[in-house]
Amino acid sequence: MKALKMVVCIKPVPSPDQYHHVSIDPKTKSLIREGIPTIINPLDKNALEAALQIRDKYGGEVSVISMAPPAAEENLREALAMGADRAFLISDRAFAGSDTLATSMVLASAVKKIGPADLILTGNESADGGTSQVSAQLGEWLGYPHLMHSCGIEVLDGGDSLRVETHRDQARVVYIMKMPGVVSVIRSINKPRFTSLMGVISSRNKPLDTLSSLDLLLDKAFLGLEGSPTKPGDIYQPDLTRRCVPLEGSTDDVALALIQKLRAAGLQL
Amino acid sequence: MMDNKDSLWVVVETIRGGFQKVALEMLSQARKLAQRLQELNGVRPGVWAVVTGSHPPEDEAMYRYGADGIILVAHPSLEEHRTDLHATVLADLIREKEPQVVLFGATAWGSEVAPTVAARVKTGLAAHCVDLQINEQGNLVQLVPAFGGKVLGEILCPLHRPQMASVRPGVFRAVAGEPEGKGIKLAVRPDIARNEDSIQVVEVRQKDAVGKPLEEAEVVLAGGWGVGSKENWLLLEELGNLLGAAVGCTRPALDEGWAQGEDTMIGISGKTVRPKVYLGFGISGATHHVVGMSDSGLVISINTNPAADIFQFSDIKVVADAGSIIKSLVDQLKLKSH
Repeated sequence: MKALKMVVCIKPVPSPDQYHHVSIDPKTKSLIREGIPTIINPLDKNALEAALQIRDKYGGEVSVISMAPPAAEENLREALAMGADRAFLISDRAFAGSDTLATSMVLASAVKKIGPADLILTGNESADGGTSQVSAQLGEWLGYPHLMHSCGIEVLDGGDSLRVETHRDQARVVYIMKMPGVVSVIRSINKPRFTSLMGVISSRNKPLDTLSSLDLLLDKAFLGLEGSPTKPGDIYQPDLTRRCVPLEGSTDDVALALIQKLRAAGLQL
Repeated sequence: MMDNKDSLWVVVETIRGGFQKVALEMLSQARKLAQRLQELNGVRPGVWAVVTGSHPPEDEAMYRYGADGIILVAHPSLEEHRTDLHATVLADLIREKEPQVVLFGATAWGSEVAPTVAARVKTGLAAHCVDLQINEQGNLVQLVPAFGGKVLGEILCPLHRPQMASVRPGVFRAVAGEPEGKGIKLAVRPDIARNEDSIQVVEVRQKDAVGKPLEEAEVVLAGGWGVGSKENWLLLEELGNLLGAAVGCTRPALDEGWAQGEDTMIGISGKTVRPKVYLGFGISGATHHVVGMSDSGLVISINTNPAADIFQFSDIKVVADAGSIIKSLVDQLKLKSH
C-alpha cells in the first residue's frame, strides 16, 4: 500500500447549536452573530477523522487547509491537535465575498500549490451556508473525479483507487473511484476523535503556513465578490410563529380531543 | 415560444423508470416565471423538462404541470447513479442551447449534479432554494436558507447565464393545468466517452420504503428526543399505521437509533413537509426542524417542557409526556376499530 497524501478542507463556522441567537439588524440589514463561538464545521471533522484513520492504518500524510480570515488559525491548530500533520491557512482580503465557484477555485489552487494529493476530503455541507456545492466544484477545478454523501471509504488496489459507499435518497450506492479524487462525507461515516492533551502539545510544533492570492498566483478578477457569479441580495428573518392555544386535561381526554381535531381536519377515523 | 435560447429548464431526475416528483413542482413554478417574463419582455420563454437517463421517461404529467416540451437525453451509460455522466451531458447541452434558467431538485442526485454542471459552464448556483421569482430586471431572484433556516437570503446571478438553482422538494406546489396543445419532444443522443472509467458503480442496495412518503402524507407524525425510548418509537409507528400517517423524525431521534433513517428526517438538512395536520411528539423546536414543517396546516405539539420553542410555531400546545399521549392515542384508536 502506498502512503497517501491527503488534504482535508475545513471551514470555520459559527457554532450551529446557537443559530437561534442569529438575528438581522433591522437598520443595516446585516447579520448579527455576536457571541457565537466559531468552530470547525462539524462534518469537516468527520472528513478529518476519515483521513486520519487511513493514515493511521497505512501511513501517509494529512494536510488541513482552510480558506478563511486569519482567526481560523485557531481552528487549524485544533485540527493539528486532532492529528493532522500540517496546516495551511488560505487567507487574503481579496477572497471576501467569494461564492462556491470562486471558493472552490481558490481551494483547488491551494491543493495544487501544496503538492499533489491523492485524496481530498471535505464535509458534505457546511452548517452555516449549507450549499453542499464546494466539494463537487473543487473536483471540477482540479479535473478529478468526485463523489458526495459518503458514509464509508476504503483504500483499494495498493492506493490507486477508493471504495466509496454513499447514502443516497432511495439507495445505498457503492462506487469505485480512481485516485486522485475528491470525496465529501456525511455524519454517519465515523465519530471524530477528541483532542488529547498530547495532541495539543504536539500540535504546537507542527507547521502552519499562510498562503495569499499572490502565493497562489491568482488573478484578482476571479476572486471574492467580483469574481463570483452569484451576488447576495436582501436577507430576511422569516416569522414562523403561530398563535398557540393550550389543550389541557388528563392523558386520555387529551388523546380523545386530538382524535376529534383529526376528524375535524377531514380524517376518516 | 419554443426557441431554445433563453428558455427555462427543469432537470428531471429519473429513478427506476419513473422520476422524482419535485420536477413537477419546479415545472409549475417555471410556468409562472415564464408568464412573468412575458409580462416584462413581451416574449414568453419556453419551459423545457430535461430528462437524462438510460431509458428517460416521457411522461404526460410533465406537460400538464408546466412543460412546453421535453428534451430526452438517452444513452445506455446514463445509469441513474452515474452523476458524473449526467453532469457531462447536461453541461454540453447547456452550452449548445443556452437556456437562461436551469433548475434542479435539491435531492442527493441534484445536489451532486448541479454544482458539477455549474462549475463546468462557469456560472452561479443557488442551493436549496425555497422560493424563485423574477425581478424588474428580468433576473431570477433565488431565496436560500442559511444558518439552519434562521435566515433567508436572496441570491442573484446578474451577469452569468444560465442562472442555476437547486430547489428543495416540497416548497412549490405542483399544479396541473391543461397543456396548450401537445408538447414538443426533442430527442438527443449524447456523446459520452470522456472520464468513462474514473468512477464505477459496483453495488446498489435499494432502501425499503417504510410507510407513506413524508412529502405526500396528509398527516405527519414527527418524533423527537422527547419520545423517550425505542419502545415508544415503535408505538409512534403503530400510531402512524392507525392514522394512515407518515412518521418523520428530528436529528436527536435519529441519533438515538429510534427512527428509520436519515431520509425520514424533517428539516433543513432533510425533508420539507406540508401536511394538513402535523403532530410533533417530544420535539424541542430547533430552527433546523421548524423550517421543514412550518408550512403545515394545523400544527399540534406535545412536549413536557411548557417553555419548549416548538410551541411558538404551533397552533395547539399540549404540555404532557409524548410517550403517554402516543400510547393513549393508540389504545383509543384500537378500541374504536374493534
